[in-house]
Amino acid sequence: MSSDIYKDIILDYYRNPRNFGELPNPDVRAKDSNPLCGDIIEMQLKINDGKVEDIRFQGKGCAISQAAASMLTEVAKGKSLDEIKAVGKPDVLELLGIDPGPTRIKCALLGLKVLKLGVYLYLGQAVTEEVKQLV
Amino acid sequence: MEKLATINIPRIREDFPVLKRQVNGKPLIYFDNAATSQKPEVVIETTDRYYREYNANIHRGIHKLAEEATLAHEEAREKIAKFINARHTEEIIFTRNATEAINLVAYAWGRANVGKGEKIVLTIMEHHSNIVPWQLLAQERGARVEYVKIDEEGMLRQDEVLELIDEKTKIVCMTQASNVLGTVNPVRDIGRVAHRFGAMFLVDAAQSVPHMRVDVRDIDCDFFAFSGHKMMGPTGIGVLYGKIEHLQNMPPFLGGGEMIREVHTTGASWKDIPYKYEAGTPNIVGAIGLGAAVDYLRGIGMESVHDHERAITSYAMKRMSEVKDLVMYGPGDIARRVGVVSFNLGDIHAHDLASILDEEGIAIRSGHHCAQPLMEFLKVPATSRASFYIYNTKEEVDVFINALEKARKLFAR
Repeated sequence: MSSDIYKDIILDYYRNPRNFGELPNPDVRAKDSNPLCGDIIEMQLKINDGKVEDIRFQGKGCAISQAAASMLTEVAKGKSLDEIKAVGKPDVLELLGIDPGPTRIKCALLGLKVLKLGVYLYLGQAVTEEVKQLV
Repeated sequence: MEKLATINIPRIREDFPVLKRQVNGKPLIYFDNAATSQKPEVVIETTDRYYREYNANIHRGIHKLAEEATLAHEEAREKIAKFINARHTEEIIFTRNATEAINLVAYAWGRANVGKGEKIVLTIMEHHSNIVPWQLLAQERGARVEYVKIDEEGMLRQDEVLELIDEKTKIVCMTQASNVLGTVNPVRDIGRVAHRFGAMFLVDAAQSVPHMRVDVRDIDCDFFAFSGHKMMGPTGIGVLYGKIEHLQNMPPFLGGGEMIREVHTTGASWKDIPYKYEAGTPNIVGAIGLGAAVDYLRGIGMESVHDHERAITSYAMKRMSEVKDLVMYGPGDIARRVGVVSFNLGDIHAHDLASILDEEGIAIRSGHHCAQPLMEFLKVPATSRASFYIYNTKEEVDVFINALEKARKLFAR
């Protein structure tokens, strides 16, 4: 069985999501959904000294949305908030190892949007246009 | 199944240029016919010929091209009237689609006839196009919208029909065939109940007219709405059938050119029906193309279309029932449904499934199918949907089943 879109790595993260669950006493929680397909992602971040000390996510939805969100939690851990602001669409596609195409790209980018929402929420800053346009 | 042999499906497939296409290196298998159908060569040629040979505006110009275009446009109206067995050709109003046809009724008839505290009865299986126009009307007029529920099999609950339709009910609006469950509703019976209480009866026929013989006089509906693009015609053309006495008495929908008799600075008077409801330059090529689609469907025969789809649907449902973890929605009895099969496969998200099938060249629909109240009722966020037409084959169903098995194995934990 092989699939061009559903690389083993995506299915692996979908079946065994890393950093899945609740973080006790997070400094910030962010949540968003894609109304078109019902994908939901929530992330909780523990922030210390301007860096992501710990992160968890929860969600429901398609394999691409859930795998991408899980991969991003691994990327985010230990990064500074400025570094997370700089993560973009190409980084997510590189993590997934595929270009999901125009109809599925929103699934792939939902996790990134939620991660960035968390950072902006924590900083009390207005969300940039770039973040709003992700999904 | 013996009916399959009497219709020459390979010959019919030859009429559809797009079916020769490859998708992701595989032959296209188009199972998204409830969203829109493919177009036969004759419809493509007919629309092409209008632009090449007699493109002109209709009902106005005193020249040869305008005369030809007007004639072709009005011939299309006659063909459609015959196709659904309307008593009068002028009972056929051209709209953009079924959605606009329903909006026309909600706006023109609804605003003049629905008042505070009165009721609009719908069913829980309606497409958003047969819900939202009524919600807007109800909000504006202080009326109420109520929904007939369904049973576990996806059939309308007769007890609720009789309970909800009462003296306060001004209109009952329902689909003849569900775009999610495939359920064919007993529209004639429910129309009779509506009429007994003096209510109007509107049928959303978007999923029925393309696939079965329909007869608006037999159904005895007051309004009947459908789209051209689901029945092999172009996009952007739809039809509202209305009983002549209602259309004559209702106020207009959109105002503008083509629909007026006289305009003065102080006011205007309207043309007779159907033109009263067709403001502005219409979709001339769309109407002519839809006329060609109707000719094509009549050439095959709606009984043949229906029989073939029933055979394919029956085969698909049997094969799908053998796929582990696959859940189908809607009636199990093939006699009570059209060729629309919604399903979920284990806990695979409908969009993941659609992507995997797309890799195999198979087009299905996934999502809420513009029927969110029904999805809520079924307690599923989304379903996948395979929907068939005259050009689909058992061999295509076999490829589809193999792709479902592939998806199931890929996602097996």
